[in-house]
Amino acid sequence: MARTGNPAPRPAKFHGDTRTPVRGMLSPDVRLELYYYMRLTRTLEERLVNLYRQTKVVGGLFRSLGQEACAVGSAFALDRSKGDILSPLIRNLGSMLVQGAKPAEIIRQYMAKGDSPTRGRELNIHYGDLVRGFVGQISHLGDMVPVMAGVSLSFKMRKQDRVALVYVGDGATSTGAFHEGINFAAVQRCPLVVVVENNGYAYSTPLRKQTAAKQLVDKAIGYGIAGERADGNDVLAAYEVTKRAVDRARAGGGVTLIELVTYRRKGHAEHDNQSYVPAGEIDKWAAENDPIDRYVKRMLTEGLVKEDELKTIDAQIGAEIDRATDEAEASPMPEPDDALVGVYADPAVIPPLWFREGVKSAVEVNERPSSWGTHDV
Amino acid sequence: MSEITYLEAIREALFEEMERDENVFCLGEDIGAYGGAFKVTEGLLAKYGEERVIDTPISEAAIIGAAAGAAHMGMRPVCEMQFIDFISTGYDMLTNYVATARYRAMLPCPMVVRGPSGGYVRGGPFHSQNPEAAFLHTPGLKIVYPATASDAKGLMKSAIRDEDCVLYFEHKYLYRRIKEEMPAGDHTVPIGKARVAREGKDISIITYAATVWKALEAAEQVEKEDGLSVEVIDLRTLLPMDDEAIVATVKKTNRVLIVHEDTRTGGVAGEIAARINETCFEWLDAPVLRITAADVPLPYSPPLEDYVLPQTLDIVTGIRKLASY
Repeated sequence: MARTGNPAPRPAKFHGDTRTPVRGMLSPDVRLELYYYMRLTRTLEERLVNLYRQTKVVGGLFRSLGQEACAVGSAFALDRSKGDILSPLIRNLGSMLVQGAKPAEIIRQYMAKGDSPTRGRELNIHYGDLVRGFVGQISHLGDMVPVMAGVSLSFKMRKQDRVALVYVGDGATSTGAFHEGINFAAVQRCPLVVVVENNGYAYSTPLRKQTAAKQLVDKAIGYGIAGERADGNDVLAAYEVTKRAVDRARAGGGVTLIELVTYRRKGHAEHDNQSYVPAGEIDKWAAENDPIDRYVKRMLTEGLVKEDELKTIDAQIGAEIDRATDEAEASPMPEPDDALVGVYADPAVIPPLWFREGVKSAVEVNERPSSWGTHDV
Repeated sequence: MSEITYLEAIREALFEEMERDENVFCLGEDIGAYGGAFKVTEGLLAKYGEERVIDTPISEAAIIGAAAGAAHMGMRPVCEMQFIDFISTGYDMLTNYVATARYRAMLPCPMVVRGPSGGYVRGGPFHSQNPEAAFLHTPGLKIVYPATASDAKGLMKSAIRDEDCVLYFEHKYLYRRIKEEMPAGDHTVPIGKARVAREGKDISIITYAATVWKALEAAEQVEKEDGLSVEVIDLRTLLPMDDEAIVATVKKTNRVLIVHEDTRTGGVAGEIAARINETCFEWLDAPVLRITAADVPLPYSPPLEDYVLPQTLDIVTGIRKLASY
């Protein structure tokens, strides 16, 4: 049977790409920062895996292994001093860290702690901070595009020198919200950058079942906006393509759709066994096109950094994550009745239901009784 | 001061709020150059320009989503749904994104979504809806549905100033059929407060929007013909519901008829009846009865629409049944 659409991106295309000339735009310090944030992302996620296996993570765990360059490179193109704002997706932990999210916050979120940024209401990296410049995502894919169109609309209306950036995956490009949001922003010439991280899979669905478009960047033409495609596993390429889009937006040039080509090396979430992935595909990307390996190789080749300096940074990150883990583990769980706070500004607290009046917590022990019938007695 | 219509009252509120606060802006389909399908926003573009009166693509999800994003940043957007029937295409943005924003992410979402609602106008299945019950079930939203011109103005001003998202349903049957002199000054009506539209002592009708007028008509008829004294409560706000006003009228008359134009199953009346059951069962002398639309999509042809929607005579029938219980 003939296949329609595009196959998942192949790693060979970018294999051994260390010949790209040194960019003059980023100072050596900043280039080391790119490394720091990619490594921080990966190490933090590895720690979260450990906590997950220790059953200390309450919900699911989402990785961005192999996609760190997309997140970090693109987020670096924003100007935090100007108040630029991004909206991350589930593989954009790195973008949030660049904007100032703290590892302890992330771990508290995953552990459902009472002093997590959402006070235990939301999971994983679903949180935001307008001051630091990131808006919390929701699970409904594509929905953040109209929202960030509105954020950027407010910049335009107030004549502020600010840019908004929203991440979506290849899967979200099929949603109505993606279409409506990008079209709205295009018509309004909002200062918005839409980064489509094409990692080949939406949960188990490969790109060829998601779209008949030859490449996702082609969608830009239909909206009458600029479109660019870049190697998402090259952190400098991700930075540069996003920087051009951010500059265009800031100069009044409207919306840009960027397709960053990358690969999702882990499943949709930690429970996903990736049975749908062709044999050898993951290993090939891991061996030949790891964004951190590639960047390290380039930095060493260019003499930007020495191996022992990288080891020092890695050790610092390890210590930072250790401290964050200790802090998060020591955090309290939420008070049960905090669940009734903050649905509205007014009333700020809703009264408990009659059968909860005077009740401190709903259950004594959170264990599944055998009477539920899910276990053999 | 002269009388203005329900529609003009809404428009007056929009003008006053845009004048008062430069963060207030309007967006929707055909609201600028054309002034809106019902001309509610007529004149706004001329006065406030394209930046603050935005003609949008046909994209309810984008209108609501973009309003939410702008609201996070301190703007006060007022979204028009050309007909409130189309709010369903923004349902996800409203219920999943907007309604949860404060709770899950401490993100303020002060915005208004307004639109022409309701039947009795031969609009058929997609220009006559009353979708309030679909949102009553969503914590984080507020819902208002005014029945009078002064409430239309006062609730719009309060909705725009509210710190959370307010769904503002405006009844298109009432747009140009009722007139009233506006209270002087900066007239606001508090969200969450019902109004006693008519005092009475024998039977209470709890209702809102266009059926307030039918209830008043029925009350007058049974006063003349049966000597019954009927109280009419106009809820004005559906979410949060004014439990105090509901309990007060139940304790006063001990017999309750709930009337709404929306369909019956899963409707607002069921929620009110449940609350009365839980809070003042022992004050009742009769079962709580409902007069509502039949559970069908609203048909177009006059004999069909008239048959489906609650009419004054139906309310009279309900009152008499309660009185004789």
